[in-house]
Amino acid sequence: MNSEITVNVCLGTGGIAAGAEMVMEAFRQEFESAGVKNARVQEHCKLHKVGCRGFCARDVLVDVTKGENTWTYQYIQPEMVGRIVKDHVVGDKPIDEWLVGDDYHTFHDNQKKVVLADLGKIDPESIEEYLAVDGYKAAEKALTQMTPAEVVETMKKSGLRGRGGAGFPTGLKWSFCAANQADERYLICNADEGDPGAFMDRSVIEGNPHAVLEGMIIGAYAIGATHGYVYIRAEYPLAVNRLYIALDHAREKGFLGKGLFGTSFDFDIKVKLGAGAFVCGEETALIASIEGERGMPRAKPPFPANKGLWGKPTIINNVETLANIPPIINKGADWFASIGSEKSKGTKVIALTGKIRNTGLIEIPMGTPLKDIIFNIGGGIEGDRLFKAVQTGGPSGGCIPQQHIDLPVDYEGLKSVGSMMGSGGMVVLDETDCMVNISKFFLEFTQSESCGKCVPCRIGTKRLLEILTRITEGNGKKGDIELLQELAEDVRDSSLCGLGMSAPNPVLSTIKYFRHEYEAHINHKKCPAKVCNKLLTFFIREDMCVGCGMCAKACSVNAITGEKKKPHHIDSSICIKCGSCFDACKFSAVLKE
Amino acid sequence: MEKTQEAVLESIYQKCTANGDNIITALQQMQNEFGYVQEEAVNWYAERTNIPASRFYGVVTFYAQFHLQPRGKNIITVCQGTVCHVKGATRIIEKIREDIKLKEGQKTTKDMKFTLETVNCVGACSIAPVVIVNDKVFGKQSPPKITQNLKAYKE
Repeated sequence: MNSEITVNVCLGTGGIAAGAEMVMEAFRQEFESAGVKNARVQEHCKLHKVGCRGFCARDVLVDVTKGENTWTYQYIQPEMVGRIVKDHVVGDKPIDEWLVGDDYHTFHDNQKKVVLADLGKIDPESIEEYLAVDGYKAAEKALTQMTPAEVVETMKKSGLRGRGGAGFPTGLKWSFCAANQADERYLICNADEGDPGAFMDRSVIEGNPHAVLEGMIIGAYAIGATHGYVYIRAEYPLAVNRLYIALDHAREKGFLGKGLFGTSFDFDIKVKLGAGAFVCGEETALIASIEGERGMPRAKPPFPANKGLWGKPTIINNVETLANIPPIINKGADWFASIGSEKSKGTKVIALTGKIRNTGLIEIPMGTPLKDIIFNIGGGIEGDRLFKAVQTGGPSGGCIPQQHIDLPVDYEGLKSVGSMMGSGGMVVLDETDCMVNISKFFLEFTQSESCGKCVPCRIGTKRLLEILTRITEGNGKKGDIELLQELAEDVRDSSLCGLGMSAPNPVLSTIKYFRHEYEAHINHKKCPAKVCNKLLTFFIREDMCVGCGMCAKACSVNAITGEKKKPHHIDSSICIKCGSCFDACKFSAVLKE
Repeated sequence: MEKTQEAVLESIYQKCTANGDNIITALQQMQNEFGYVQEEAVNWYAERTNIPASRFYGVVTFYAQFHLQPRGKNIITVCQGTVCHVKGATRIIEKIREDIKLKEGQKTTKDMKFTLETVNCVGACSIAPVVIVNDKVFGKQSPPKITQNLKAYKE
């Protein structure tokens, strides 16, 4: 046992919520106590903080590496650590029943990792580890061997497109900015990831913050910016913390500040904490927020590339876009352009969530069929229920039904079916999800996040929500579907910014593919998926009820009566259809129809 | 206004001026110090910086992060992301309201023990539905589970 032993504990947000810090502490303690008997273990073991490796559903994940071999354990809790140390680290017997199964490997083997390549492998709080995987080599190469114009040209040739949503070519955007005469230019990293169901930017910053900083240095050099900002959500404390650590380390090494890499190029980065407004993901709103104003968008043109922060040419790039830049400089534009589909190059990081077996963060080549993502990587639908739809692009996107399951996932593919890439959130929905309810959920979101500046978005989303609400409450009227469609198109066509323009997408796409569900709600006052409580009737199956009384206790209006240990009964004239009894029953005796 | 409060505001003012920070950062720091944005603090700061107080209010009322009312001892934040929604966040919110006896339209309990808030998405979708109490993240919650988890905070 002369080889080095390493234990990796997943310390992402998901890991920490599952108790990773306690697992790590348990390893420390076990090493110490085992060290008395076997000093070599303590000497050779190295505790590692790694960022997200994507498979959060199996947290806490622990890697044990001995020499060339690595074993991965899943669902590890502190009390299990003792046995791992005793049997596997000290002894040489891996504990088979705790190891990950084949699906863990299917999950990883079908992916292609560019942005996520080093996540889960390096310690995000150590610049040395980033340097060990050729970190900051790309920045050095760009600054010392390439002209800014050559860097822009490389980006154009690679075909990299913005990963934040709209998919605008990055190289082209940079060239617009570089073409301006100006005494000052700015580069902003947009880390205001506000889409519900998206966490790729958070994971990248938590797991490999230096890659983003390096991308910013290269971008700043290309456009001639000397000041950069990272605009990040305050709701991501771990990411913010790791970003500050990374910035300090980069400054100590001289990668930020004055005269980078022995050249005359100066660049430094400030962090701005977002104060919680979804609309600030929009470029002009984000700029207003950095300037200390209410984050409201303005009309374009002028585009920020010409007139942005403090009136100076400004480039705003998404976290994932920036993390793609160092590998492109290192491996070349041709390498990058060889991955992906015709018009969408490279890979896309996707937050795969919802009613699916393997939830987590994945990275796939652009153009991968939806089917492969859901059924191979994702392992299919949870509990073997039926697939209904996949929602992509968050509140700006749409729902894609079964009939389009072979669709290639890239910018054009998703757009062709009325959805969009957005930041890359993918929420899988099954037969127990109501599409009218989903549509209402997104409208609730966009309506409350609408900044109120332009009328179509402010009033249009409100009216759309009112119509959807009355449909889900059983008050839908004939003609409501047509009214929704007409209004949705008006909001889409006349809103000022991307928020309003894309807000109707969830409504339009669910009507397009799931019109029958709307009709069932409006015409028959039924919710086929049994989600909209107001359209359901709750009752108790006598043969299943054991008379425990839990439902009666949970009922806030005393609609449930019955003797102890005898079947209970719900009085439907009193019932307010809140669903508390359904949640409270441990014997599946409460039914809804 | 108390002397200590004034001293805190003065130090925020000095720090923000030195860093060239904007009023959002100043307000974030005020909230960190006092727990919420106090009217008198804003008025003091407006006078000190010669920026109309209305601009501060414009910012405070725009961003979800700012609070104009004092908040409870424990902050319960329920994630309302898409995944949390389809996995039952609404029922969890209802259950919490019932457990901490929060009346319709209220955010903070009378005894100032709890404040219930929602957040658009904390990005921990793989452990949905998620509830955060103060700084602790509770994943894979259900109405009975959250009742159990909240018990410790009620003492």
